[in-house]
Amino acid sequence: MDNTTTYREAVREAIRKAMTENESVFLMGEDVGHYGGCYAVSMGLLDEFGAQRIIDTPLSESSFTGAGIGAALNGMRPIVEIMTVNFSLLALDQIMNNAATLLHMSGGQLNVPLVIRMATGGGKQLAAQHSHSLEGWFAHIPGLKVLTPATVQDAYDMVGLALADPDPVLIFENALLYNSKGSIDTQGTPVPIGKALIHKAGKDISIFTYGISLFKALEAAEALAKDGIDVEVIDLRSLRPLDDETVMNSVKKTHKVIIVDEGWKSGSISAEIMARINEQAFYELDAPMARVCTVEVPLPYAKHLEDAALPQPQKIVDTARTMMGK
Amino acid sequence: MELDLMKAKEFYHKMLLIRRFEERCVELYSNQKIRGFLHLYIGEEAIAVALMDALTKEDAVLATYREHGYALARGVSCESIMAEMFGKVEGCSRGRGGSMHLFDASARFYGGSAIVAGALPLAVGMALADKMQKRNRVTVCVFGDGAVAEGEFHESLNLAALWKLPVLFVCENNLYAMGTALKYTESETEIYKKAASYKISSKQIDGMSVIEVAKAAKRAVEDIKDGNGPVFLECLTYRFRAHSMFDAELYREKAEVIEWKKKDPLLVFENRLKEIGLWSEVDATAIEDAIKTAIDKAVEFAENGTLEALEDLEKFVYSEVSHG
Repeated sequence: MDNTTTYREAVREAIRKAMTENESVFLMGEDVGHYGGCYAVSMGLLDEFGAQRIIDTPLSESSFTGAGIGAALNGMRPIVEIMTVNFSLLALDQIMNNAATLLHMSGGQLNVPLVIRMATGGGKQLAAQHSHSLEGWFAHIPGLKVLTPATVQDAYDMVGLALADPDPVLIFENALLYNSKGSIDTQGTPVPIGKALIHKAGKDISIFTYGISLFKALEAAEALAKDGIDVEVIDLRSLRPLDDETVMNSVKKTHKVIIVDEGWKSGSISAEIMARINEQAFYELDAPMARVCTVEVPLPYAKHLEDAALPQPQKIVDTARTMMGK
Repeated sequence: MELDLMKAKEFYHKMLLIRRFEERCVELYSNQKIRGFLHLYIGEEAIAVALMDALTKEDAVLATYREHGYALARGVSCESIMAEMFGKVEGCSRGRGGSMHLFDASARFYGGSAIVAGALPLAVGMALADKMQKRNRVTVCVFGDGAVAEGEFHESLNLAALWKLPVLFVCENNLYAMGTALKYTESETEIYKKAASYKISSKQIDGMSVIEVAKAAKRAVEDIKDGNGPVFLECLTYRFRAHSMFDAELYREKAEVIEWKKKDPLLVFENRLKEIGLWSEVDATAIEDAIKTAIDKAVEFAENGTLEALEDLEKFVYSEVSHG
């Protein structure tokens, strides 16, 4: 297997495959057609599938997301691309009040098989309106599923998994990962939604993370190994549903927990994971749980400030050392 | 449009059914059988009845939280609507929605939305799907004058016009967004002009006349099905009752209400039928009796309905075949 496929290409390939196999799948969003996608994910798809299925929308996040919901209700399998997570707030009404509630409000009559993809995360000096990690917010909402592909394989698999799901699925793609490379297996069975993956087994500390922070955690694990600290790194993959079983099994093995999350701490998914461990595995813990999250500021522009605000491998290393008393 | 005796009876029956059904709802609300919000459509019945008349079974309807009239006119049963208000499993939304969220997929009745203007984008998407699948259907989206202040209204009109989608937008302009008069919130109070600015064929009509709305709706649906893109109808109407059961109506003069009640759609229609000599044949007494029987039956059905088992509380959050 080569390692030449980029995350961007993996998403594109998955969309292409889905559109080839299923006439009801289409892609809609700002600049997805003639521009080729703000992050070039959909480059070339307009020529391949035409303007009827690769639809450029006006800057109307609320209505084109709502239109995705309506199309999903009426037999289509839309993929709505929202340029970046901060813009998804303009569509929050449709996501929360319609996509997440229609099945329930209608007493089970109307499911919404909609896929919404968006770029997320900081690290590109795009400041406080283009850099946040709000996937944990969306994970608060019953009725939604929230996926956070970190690897190139998941970038590929999750598009298909989301399209196969009868309910609304949000996919958060870290903007910084689009150029990352890996290999994809297009023939295998994808790891299902709601299943976490152990990326590195270890016995001393469990690190639970997702998205781009996975790679920071793996980098930290390598450094810690040199100190003789054997870290287990788990990619949550899905923030809703959360894979409690894999989390608790790891806690039972290591008895120590660090959560790495690019969201802020307050009211966050990291807080939720800690709460669940507290509820389900409290007596397994040998030390207070710790978190490495984004500092509670709107992300600043200046590089040194942004770097200081975001979770970094060194912060993870320091946190682990403190936890181990080293 | 032709107004024969059968159609006259049907219109009168449906408008009166809505009126009497909601009057009973008020009693049931006072008796605490119905709870939550209850928004009455009384005074505006002509619009729902006439619009639904223009549709086929394949067309789709999206309405607001003041939608009992639409559900009834669309053919959702009195029983299932009343049971919904009672919060029973036999309700059209299994008691999960209540008055504001009536749904019936088999009638292609898609709610029942309580976010003002929130259904417009859905209507655009449903129409987009029809266009993509080359199905000759219309999606009707109804909303009030309050919706035109929302961004989603403008975004949706633009999309529908841009993509020439088969949507019929219907604004029920009853002059008040809850308790604030249109003149306090809109720089342009002639709402149809806003739609026209998006290059949508649009007009203002008398929403108190079931005949006029029916004519306009029929023409609009024909135009849309001919592939001419969306149509916008602004129906001038008036809500005779308070906004909801918690509204003391401090924002409008009694004289204004009295003036509008002279244009009661039932009264207007009755007078019209008298003019053309059909009224005596309509047999209003028989219709009144039939409606009373139907509503009594619906109340009994709702009373005898079952409460969903608590162990099913978390159902319908995800589809049962859902992965993960």
